[in-house]
Amino acid sequence: MTTPLHFQTVTELSAALAAGSLTSVALTEAFIARTHAVEARVQAFNSYDTDDALAQARASDARRAAGQALGPLDGIPVGMKDVIAVRDQPLTASSKILAGFVSPYDATVTTKLRAAGVVLWGRLNMDEFAMGSSTENSSTKVTANPYDLSRIPGGSSGGSAAALAAGEAPATLGSDTGGSIRQPAALCGVVGLKPTYGLISRYGLIAYASSLDQIGPFGRTVEDVALLLQAIAGHDERDSTSFKAVIPDYRAALTAPRTHPWRIGIPKEYFGDGLDPEVSAAVQGAIAYYKSLGAEIREVSLPHTPYALAAYYIIATAEASSNLARFDGVRYGHRSAEADNLHALYFKSRAEGFGSEVKRRIILGTYVLSSGYYDAYYGRAQKVRTLIREDFIKAYGEVDVILTPTAPTPAFKRGEKSDDPLAMYLADIYTIGVNLAGLPAISIPCGFTTAGLPIGLQLIGQPFAEADLLAAAYAYDATHDWAKRTPNL
Amino acid sequence: MQIDIDHLAMLSRLALTPEEKVKFSAQLGDIIGYIEKLKEVNVDGVEPTAHATPIFNVLQADDPRPGLSVEDALRNAPVQRDHMVVVPRVVE
Repeated sequence: MTTPLHFQTVTELSAALAAGSLTSVALTEAFIARTHAVEARVQAFNSYDTDDALAQARASDARRAAGQALGPLDGIPVGMKDVIAVRDQPLTASSKILAGFVSPYDATVTTKLRAAGVVLWGRLNMDEFAMGSSTENSSTKVTANPYDLSRIPGGSSGGSAAALAAGEAPATLGSDTGGSIRQPAALCGVVGLKPTYGLISRYGLIAYASSLDQIGPFGRTVEDVALLLQAIAGHDERDSTSFKAVIPDYRAALTAPRTHPWRIGIPKEYFGDGLDPEVSAAVQGAIAYYKSLGAEIREVSLPHTPYALAAYYIIATAEASSNLARFDGVRYGHRSAEADNLHALYFKSRAEGFGSEVKRRIILGTYVLSSGYYDAYYGRAQKVRTLIREDFIKAYGEVDVILTPTAPTPAFKRGEKSDDPLAMYLADIYTIGVNLAGLPAISIPCGFTTAGLPIGLQLIGQPFAEADLLAAAYAYDATHDWAKRTPNL
Repeated sequence: MQIDIDHLAMLSRLALTPEEKVKFSAQLGDIIGYIEKLKEVNVDGVEPTAHATPIFNVLQADDPRPGLSVEDALRNAPVQRDHMVVVPRVVE
């Protein structure tokens, strides 16, 4: 049986476009039709523009007909998290404070995707300003997990993961500040990569926590993610934290011969209390598979792991409280109709525009930065961050990559944790250390629970060693067919 | 952990309802209680990390170049007049 277009990989679709057996218009129409069929149940998109997508598809087909195709992504639809600017399209970060905002410019990743010939397809739901782990903090809609509509898709890039899993897009972009690409990828049974801090330009990404935020791709396979990464990686003078890294051929690296067997580190701190037994069993199964390939499996220690969550919530909220000061009702965004002076305009516009989790984090960030507390919280958290990074660097003295579960549990029920912020924060317990240390990490599917919910494992790489990280992930992903499973929608 | 929610709301430029003040005070108390665990870590002599990538003092030539047009920059302004953003009266 042939896989329907909407569940094929980018690699497959790209080959069909190149062979002339498929046009970008036909492909884009297939995703529009699929979206119309399932979106009422999945609720992944904040907005999409079918006319604009089809115009891009026609331009792609015209290029190809003229012998000027731009590469493997030319004509492929890619969905964007609604936090990345696309000129002349809405940009809301799923916040009421940006309702009606239209981007006056393209993010650098958007420019790069256009240059690769991609059909930019829709803006995907998320936790408001990327603050959350379930996409329930969106002000626009509640996105469902395609594998169980009563469960959350993860977050904050829940729309990006759910749209892909549901066949509404063949690839998407998200952003990851504490796990916001990897955790929803795990919970929706797809691949998600958070690149090294500095590999991808953040220009045109609405800022949450600037020292942690990084854009990254979602795909059905590691190979697809490698293709997307190739298109968006690279230095950008408009982001002063963008690194002048050498960009290798990521797809070629997947199958490059290796000089020594993989040395895989298993951090004991990531396999303790709170890890769901079915998740643990699936991850142990993957470890056994790597061993069967000849990999050396070594226990490593990341002793400051128990402090990562606390350091994260100080640093991320401090940066957020500063970044979100720009939403003041003056130059753009929601302006309160109730304000008769400038002071009231700030207070009321922000009170009406921001949701509860955003307010909580702004207040917490303001607290940890406030006079008398700065050294005790923010200063100390930045030092703990150094120790967390040193733990990883030390481990990489003896291993190539580190393997952990991506999330402690499979997708939980909608509403289960929404009244307990601290319980929700624990959903990111295995992913946040990576952001604090600035490392690249990928989540790949490694099984399903008996109830049919996806399980993901996380591989963590060395700084700017995405080629190695993707190759390690490919060694498992290319020989397992979890990605071939699709939800019954 | 007792926090002064009125003071923090003022610093945050957020008008909170009485219900929000009660709820956020309790939740922030729990979260601050949790982050107190950082005090267990010995950070003597440890340098702080602002971000993880080895980039310092990024400079570029101070040359004029095209940016957003006035129309684009004001495209999302809630109220505008003559290429300016209108706000409530600030000075009498």
